Amino acid sequence: MSTTNRVPVDVIGIGLHPFGRFEDRTVTEMGVAAVRAALHDAGIDSSDRPGFQAAFCGTAYSGVAAGHKVLGALARTGMPIVDVEAGCASGGAALMLAASAIRAGQYDTVLVFGMEKMPRGIIRSSFFEPWREHAGLAATPAYFALRAQRLMRERGLTKEHLAQVVVKNRSHGVLNPDAMYQSETSVDAVLATRVVCEPLHLHMLCSPNEGAAAVVLRRGTGSSGAVRLEAAVLRSHLPGSVLGEATPLAGIDDSDITPPSTLAADAAYAEAGIGPEDVDVVECQDTDAARELLGWEELGLCVPGDQARILASGDANLGGARPINPSGGLLSKGEPLGASALGQVVELVRQLRSTAGARQVHGARVALAHTVGRGANASVTILTH
Amino acid sequence: MTPDAQTQPVVDGVFADDPARLLGARCELCEQTSFPRLDGCPYCGSETITPVELSDHGALWGWTTVLHAPPGYLGSVPYGFGIVELPEGVRVVTRLAVPEDWWSFGQPMHLGTAEVGVDPDGVVLTTWEFSP
Ligand SMILES: [Zn+2]
Repeated sequence: MSTTNRVPVDVIGIGLHPFGRFEDRTVTEMGVAAVRAALHDAGIDSSDRPGFQAAFCGTAYSGVAAGHKVLGALARTGMPIVDVEAGCASGGAALMLAASAIRAGQYDTVLVFGMEKMPRGIIRSSFFEPWREHAGLAATPAYFALRAQRLMRERGLTKEHLAQVVVKNRSHGVLNPDAMYQSETSVDAVLATRVVCEPLHLHMLCSPNEGAAAVVLRRGTGSSGAVRLEAAVLRSHLPGSVLGEATPLAGIDDSDITPPSTLAADAAYAEAGIGPEDVDVVECQDTDAARELLGWEELGLCVPGDQARILASGDANLGGARPINPSGGLLSKGEPLGASALGQVVELVRQLRSTAGARQVHGARVALAHTVGRGANASVTILTH
Repeated sequence: MTPDAQTQPVVDGVFADDPARLLGARCELCEQTSFPRLDGCPYCGSETITPVELSDHGALWGWTTVLHAPPGYLGSVPYGFGIVELPEGVRVVTRLAVPEDWWSFGQPMHLGTAEVGVDPDGVVLTTWEFSP
């Protein structure tokens, strides 16, 4: 589908360690499980060693040389191993580096993986200076709440609409054995959970948790039959927005400032030679329910202000015109920072291979994954089959 | 004002008290006002900026209430949290002083200072906040 003569890149293997809380497992063990599964899926067996020429590992909280510990345990070392931190987009950043290296002719086969074992509760981040923490200005959910309030005001949305996003994603999560929450919920049940920061209730926010995901990329041949990675784009914020994931202390009128998700999406669409109307299935960052609804318009998937109509239509539900977050999203899976972007890619490869089981989006041929988070960083990945 | 040994601002160079003022900068090139004060303009990268004290009043642009103490926070909950738009065209992330049911979009707000809490050395820390 690409319009250029670029080197094609295929996804030849995927692997996942479920997302949840695993008291008795280290982050290294989770990474090993995901990488082992991806190598097996790619047909890279123990006699084929190391099996890839470079490895990129997305993680934010795993410490020094975390990727090396995983590959050391698998006796697959010697190649360059690069740990990549880009907030919620860490896995997307690792994917971008791997794909770029293959397109540049540097490698034929590259392993990309991501993993995390998040602390419990509100995530403490070295992003904030200590004095901002002391003064109560490092309240991450409060920034989400301010953005949600603004979106509701500007797009005519209510708390019921936010709850409907949770209901949608959790109804998908029921069908995902790798998700943390595999139970349905209702608008009333979501609104009955405690307020974290108005207008956001507890179940409108994803849970930081644990997990790992891995993919193997290979320089593609003309028609390999594998899922093709059309674009893996990473972008950061432009100056000025007070509500963006850069979480500054001040901003200016941001009506003309293109958000990083749109920068990444526009570049990814151009690289893939498609438009948002061509996308059949989407995995979209739902750190909180309002974040997903903002993402729809930032990615060009809906006209600004059309969110309420789409929610009511069921178009974004499984069985709808274009399902969004068929995996259940982060609201069902939880968010292991370094693993989340690659977890989306694993889900979309399953969708494109028609191996997604009960949550299969029938006839899906073009898929888009999106993350956005602290930095600000945003990644957009486009896959086709 | 020289604070006594037991009371200090939570950070130096970001706000002044008596009277309360936020310490910002105005860019000579793009004319934007920035906060806090850096050694350049965060909007255009120019290194030619003029230190300014920002207006002590503005309009409420967003608000919420923090109910659970965030990491490293030294004060009590709940507290107000929001964004105030100053006449200079800069929107400042800030603590808010009053209960949520007093707030509305565009509501006039005024700057003051308040005690946040006590640090491990027993020093009372102060910060800025806006109230109606
Ligand atoms: Zn400037």
